[in-house]
Amino acid sequence: MMGGKHYLPLTDEDRREMLKKIGVNSIEDLFSDIPDKVRLKSDLELPPAMSELEAVRHLSSLAAKNKHLNNCTSFMGAGVYDHFIPSVIKHITGRSEFYTSYTPYQAEISQGILQAIFEYQTMICKLTGMEVANASMYDGSTAVAEGAVMGCGATRRSKALVSRSVSPFYRAVLQNYFNSRGLDLEEVPLKDGHTDFSKLEEMVDDETASVILQQPNFFGLVEDLDGVGGTIHDHKAVLVMAVDPLSLPLLKSPADYGADIVVGEGQGLGIPPSFGGPLLGIMAARSRFVRQLPGRISGETIDSEGNRGYVMALQTREQHIRREKASSNICTNEALVALAAAVYMAAMGPQGMREVAEQCLQKAAYAREKITALDGFEAVFSGHSFKEFAVKVPGKPDDLNQKLLQKDILGGVDISPFYPELENTMLFVVTEKRTREEIDTLVRELEGWK
Amino acid sequence: MRKQKALLFEMGRSGRQGYSLPSSDVPGKSLDELLPKKMQREEPPGLPELSEVEVVRHYTELSTRNFGVDTGFYPLGSCTMKYNPKVNEEVAALPGFALMHPCQPEHTVQGALELYYNMEQYLKELTGMERFTMQPAAGAHGELTGLMVIQAYHRHRGDHQRNKVLVPVTAHGTNPATVTMAGYEVVQIPADERGNVDREALKEAVDETTSALMLTNPSTLGLFEEEILDIAKIVHDAGGLLYYDGANLNAIMGYVRPGDMGFDVVHLNIHKTLSTPHGGGGPGSGPVGVRERLIPFLPKPLVAKKDDQFYFDYDLPNSIGKVQSFYGNFGVVVKAYNYVCMMGAEGLKQVSTDAVINSNYLATLLQKNYYIPYDRLRKHEFVVSAKPQSKKGAGAGDIAKALLDRGFHPPTVYFPLIVDEALMTEPNETESKETLDAYARAMEEIAGAIDEDAGKIAAGPYNTVVGRLDEVRAARNPILRWQEE
Repeated sequence: MMGGKHYLPLTDEDRREMLKKIGVNSIEDLFSDIPDKVRLKSDLELPPAMSELEAVRHLSSLAAKNKHLNNCTSFMGAGVYDHFIPSVIKHITGRSEFYTSYTPYQAEISQGILQAIFEYQTMICKLTGMEVANASMYDGSTAVAEGAVMGCGATRRSKALVSRSVSPFYRAVLQNYFNSRGLDLEEVPLKDGHTDFSKLEEMVDDETASVILQQPNFFGLVEDLDGVGGTIHDHKAVLVMAVDPLSLPLLKSPADYGADIVVGEGQGLGIPPSFGGPLLGIMAARSRFVRQLPGRISGETIDSEGNRGYVMALQTREQHIRREKASSNICTNEALVALAAAVYMAAMGPQGMREVAEQCLQKAAYAREKITALDGFEAVFSGHSFKEFAVKVPGKPDDLNQKLLQKDILGGVDISPFYPELENTMLFVVTEKRTREEIDTLVRELEGWK
Repeated sequence: MRKQKALLFEMGRSGRQGYSLPSSDVPGKSLDELLPKKMQREEPPGLPELSEVEVVRHYTELSTRNFGVDTGFYPLGSCTMKYNPKVNEEVAALPGFALMHPCQPEHTVQGALELYYNMEQYLKELTGMERFTMQPAAGAHGELTGLMVIQAYHRHRGDHQRNKVLVPVTAHGTNPATVTMAGYEVVQIPADERGNVDREALKEAVDETTSALMLTNPSTLGLFEEEILDIAKIVHDAGGLLYYDGANLNAIMGYVRPGDMGFDVVHLNIHKTLSTPHGGGGPGSGPVGVRERLIPFLPKPLVAKKDDQFYFDYDLPNSIGKVQSFYGNFGVVVKAYNYVCMMGAEGLKQVSTDAVINSNYLATLLQKNYYIPYDRLRKHEFVVSAKPQSKKGAGAGDIAKALLDRGFHPPTVYFPLIVDEALMTEPNETESKETLDAYARAMEEIAGAIDEDAGKIAAGPYNTVVGRLDEVRAARNPILRWQEE
């Protein structure tokens, strides 16, 4: 059986008529421009085609082999989180006028996505205190990397400093982008799980393009960034701040710390974790950086009759116009995920998002206190947590997670591989979704370990 | 028909809410005890306050102001706007896929790893490559990853002087932009009179500084590079590598494979060729495949199998590292995997057959009224030049707007750059003959309307929710967020 016939409307009769109209005798003739020497002489070796029913059964059987957040209680974070997702989101993103469209090159029939992105940009600006945001990057890590490169472009310098308290997942990608481009990257050391600001002060100089910090940092700690922006700006360098958008209704905004470019992972804004992708890279900046901003931006204009409308703005920054002089090569982004985030922010509103942030803060504090009171479990760092905290555990994190899995608990992320100095250290997250009972169960299981 | 749509910020009332959350059930502490005052936000962020029904109606109305493949014919050249099978959406939303955390232990994600593993085998077979990474999140991200891998390969061999990448004039804009992002210099290669890469110019351009040639085959003109083996030889003899931009793979599945043409690295746009939706701009997925000698440099981890167990292989000492936080756009790969399972080898070949028939058929119909340069066999797309129409007063951009009035999404306009007033047209295999006939009639009618009154066409569109939007104004006076008056 040939697969996918229901997606292929041409009949044999159609094909015959069309070949005749084209003026060729056979389908083979249409491919006669491919040199015989390279032509595939046999059929592709793929499994037999499945009907829709068979495919669903096959995929369902694969899905059934995975544990997931609906059949486990998760305390796993490190950049991707189990936050509440309101039902409205999938109904909106499931509207096929949105999801089967592409980049809005033809603005007059793309007002839906253009306005939704314009509103998304506005909400990101309101959360971060920035003046311009783009329509999305691939994820937090690529947003960090592009933000740091932007700083190099804006300052015409080639060195960046990144705190070791920035997610190792972000730093890996950042390092790679910098290696490839021949830019220099230096790491600012830690002091009790926070950026060592006295070291940063020594390291930042008149050759520094970007300084990359994360708030709350990878360990979940809220850093005291007062005055840091000033130090960085004294050297005419750029402060790139990676943020968790769900913390922003509660925490002092990046703008108040003097951030020039704000980046981050937007997955918490109503996006399922999907094994780490698709995610949502947030990218916002002060308006003076607008010409260096990568990616799509929706902008307001008027039509021939004076009606308000939206178009892709400042396209002369972009690859399809500017080619090798473009601010980035990004073309396809995460627009539908940005739409989901916009619906999330619209539905949750300022109170809903504030409540999520406060519940994260309260529940994480409760769990942190309980866990670190257990014998052998120690808080690794002092300071103020938002929703995550690092704990040194009395044994191998892998073993602990195996035990927790028997109770359908996804434990913390083992962060020792990223920080060799932190032996047997796990990062736990407690989101607004966790109940007191779930936290108490975790604590009981930890207590009974060993 | 035309009316302005209110913004979210112009709607709602203070005190309305569109969410429902349980109350916190842990013993609460005072906020200031948990977080010093100076770390707290003083003013709420100023987001709109809306009830759920207002949110739903707002976005539903916005959706009616948007055109997707489900709305109608969408021949946007090189973007492969084929129909997106509904079942793909369902399987990708299964909790066992959509709700997995990327840091879960390997034995709790065996189904996901098996899917990645199988998909890699299928992509290898489809392209003739020997290893794939799924990490790149989009085509352009795949290009960057591919060039990083090539760079690492040359550097590893001590070939540090290779600082140039050759890009034909017909390439997508992402190619030259990617070259710059990877720290390389672009050398542009012209096309010959048949639309192929100018091999004399290529011979002149290659030397010991050549890192790679990036090639889209078939090209953005929809033309197959007839002398691909000679091109490969020229580049390889100079010590360069051959990069395949998979944007146009939809034309050749089951007929010819990049690996057999001599390419060393390929990226695929699985949101194009393998049917996953484009999402109003994304997400996509851009897996990168390589030949044997480049495997050590691929991003880590790769997915491997031992004794029926699947695992992430991080033991790749020469790997470039990571290009995305985790393992790429898994949710998109699930949809493409489902598509490949359903199509099979014969189905995928039929996809390319029908894409090429549709393209050549539509080009033949349009030739009656339009000029189509490079008159030879096309693959899945072709480029109309509206230069004659433009001289009468309505060019490619105006024809595009006239198509909006007639219910069609227009082709890609003003690209590729080597064709004046270009309309790059890709009909796809999922369109019926009737649809192509209707589009050709609309194009014929537009040609007639231009002959009659080009000014009227140049002032369109007329039947859309907004009239022609002023892009110049948006560039001169950028308004990029809503602000209170």
